[in-house]
Amino acid sequence: MKVRILYLASLREQLGKSGEDFEIPPATSTVAGLRTLLMARGGAWQTALAQGRALRVAVNQEMAQSTTPVNPGDEIAFFPPVTGG
Amino acid sequence: MPVRIQAKDFDAGAEIAALRRDNRKVGAVASFIGVCRDANDGTAVTKMTLEHYPGMTEKALERIVSEAKRRWNVMDVLVVHRVGELKPTDQIVLVVVTGAHRGEAFAACEFIMDYLKTRAPFWKKEETPQGTRWVEARSSDDEAAQRWEPPKSSAA
Repeated sequence: MKVRILYLASLREQLGKSGEDFEIPPATSTVAGLRTLLMARGGAWQTALAQGRALRVAVNQEMAQSTTPVNPGDEIAFFPPVTGG
Repeated sequence: MPVRIQAKDFDAGAEIAALRRDNRKVGAVASFIGVCRDANDGTAVTKMTLEHYPGMTEKALERIVSEAKRRWNVMDVLVVHRVGELKPTDQIVLVVVTGAHRGEAFAACEFIMDYLKTRAPFWKKEETPQGTRWVEARSSDDEAAQRWEPPKSSAA
């Protein structure tokens, strides 16, 4: 299934990418699974998405948890903790 | 729209007048303006760039405004947040709350800012004499937001 992934703020700079369409294998059904898949690319992906890094995830523009399901056509955004105001 | 994200500056006086609309029931107007400082964490800041997540940021702010209106008896709320390049002394954010009495207007205004700082997707990047850096989230902002959490009900 295909999803749209966005990388925002410092994460976009670390990964050198603002977003991508990504084909997820059927076995991957959650945010945590997707994060693991992306980390497997190694290099900056491994470090920027590593467990323990302060990272937020939104699915379809709603804050998500590692257990949040991902479905075909979803917009999944990875970003650092927010610093507005 | 109670929520606006824009690159251009805002005129707080004009925004407040528009929100009040000569409403004769309004007895209190509370407002907050966040401004770009010339230093952060002991380092000079010459410029800052504010980024947001178009779509989600508006939704997050609207939800915060709805929650404020649910918790306090206030009338109208306006949030204006700028994005793009800003320099020291520039205005960043405006929150205006109108109500019958000051207590609820003050509380709602402070709540909105505390939640905005921790829940609305904005990110600041600063230019300093040592180069550019992304601003790190502060635990003091999380603590400020936690003040508004409903008290945990203790198990019997």
